[in-house]
Amino acid sequence: MGAGHAHRLYLPGTSPVHRLPPQCKLVALLAFVLLVVATPAHRVWAFALYAALLAAVAVAARVPLATVARRVVIEVPFVAFALLMPFVANGPRTEVLGVALSQSGLWSAWNILAKGTLGVIASILLAATTEPRVLLLGVERLRMPQLITQIATFMLRYGDVVTAELGRMRTARAARGFEARDLRATGVLARSVGALFLRSYERGERVHLAMVSRGYDGRMPALADVGATGVQWAAAAALPAAAALVAAAAWMVP
Amino acid sequence: MHVPDGFIDAPVSIAAGAVAVAGVAVALRGARRELDDRTAPLAGLTAAFIFAAQMLNFPVASGTSGHLLGGTLAAILVGPYTGVLCVSVVLLVQGLLFADGGLTALGVNIINMALVTVLVGYGVFRLLLRVLPRSRASVTAASFAAALVSVPAAAVAFTLIYAIGGTADVSVGKVAAAMVGVHVLIGIGEAVITAITVSSVLAVRPDLVHGARGVAKSLELHVEPARA
Repeated sequence: MGAGHAHRLYLPGTSPVHRLPPQCKLVALLAFVLLVVATPAHRVWAFALYAALLAAVAVAARVPLATVARRVVIEVPFVAFALLMPFVANGPRTEVLGVALSQSGLWSAWNILAKGTLGVIASILLAATTEPRVLLLGVERLRMPQLITQIATFMLRYGDVVTAELGRMRTARAARGFEARDLRATGVLARSVGALFLRSYERGERVHLAMVSRGYDGRMPALADVGATGVQWAAAAALPAAAALVAAAAWMVP
Repeated sequence: MHVPDGFIDAPVSIAAGAVAVAGVAVALRGARRELDDRTAPLAGLTAAFIFAAQMLNFPVASGTSGHLLGGTLAAILVGPYTGVLCVSVVLLVQGLLFADGGLTALGVNIINMALVTVLVGYGVFRLLLRVLPRSRASVTAASFAAALVSVPAAAVAFTLIYAIGGTADVSVGKVAAAMVGVHVLIGIGEAVITAITVSSVLAVRPDLVHGARGVAKSLELHVEPARA
């Protein structure tokens, strides 16, 4: 347990983006995504510029674009939803390849796809350049109550353990000839969930006792300081500042 | 069900974020009462459990599958405040580290999947327990009904937020019909899993089912005197 097992999404590196303090990156990301969401969907060029900004960040962080593309699949369910839009939305229709589609529905689909994808890529870049543990320190720096970040830390630390436990149960079920085919399988799966809860919760009780015996009093000792200098804040502000220019242009250009 | 960025417009996203912050703040105070200094490790492990349980896909119909949301289950097992906290933390980590659910939509996601599911699910659960006879079967039945109602309730909450700040030009009626229709089906799966999970935990460690405190008798140890 002691070894630092880095997360799947994290790509170790020493690029300028990796070295920025986590709280600067978090604020920059949030500001960027808010600006993207507030941009009118009809300004297609603005979204191209946003994508170019994110590509620049990816290059600066030396995150391969192929890696980003592979991780974007997380939003597939919403792509399916967006593709339905042109068929169900209201308003005047237009002919595309012989099918009457709603114009506003097409814009809605574009709106969701463009903004959703930009948001996902921005989050992927953050997760790829920031170690999860450090990211939570950044969240704490931004005045998130310590209890929340502690819970999140425990969740991250034991997430892999609990998931591995689930994997061993799956192996055990398969070894006994179980295969989830239809609803009748739900009973077996649910009893696994019950067992998983017991194992997780009882592990939590043991972890708590182990911590108390080592002097835990409700607060975690800070092992790493992630203070940020003005220069670092300024560097992190480059992305939202550029995005703010694009957003302002998108609002003002007729 | 994780709403991405761009689905809800910026002002409503920010307002939803404020509501979510208020809800989580209330949950923080309540969770300390439920778990005292054990809050962090126990809620953390419960969050890890929900995170893992959400990966367990169950077959719904031929080819399609659903997965657990876990709000009601968490509320019944560890209490409503801790439940809200656990699900909110799962959503936060999913948004920050897995890009699952947009960051600007985090408030909307917390309202739908943490606040509404727990409030409705736990509310229905407690109400039913008050009416039903005190037995293990009633706890299971109440869990089933609570989870069954909580998932479509989250869909209704999403539809309401969509009606205020939705970006797509789709009539609210259509969205409501589609969302609630799909989530009634998902709710059945959620209900079956929640009920069986609660009843199997109740059989082994009844003291760990927060919602059933005072209902289940604590297990007694019977020891036959050894024959010489």
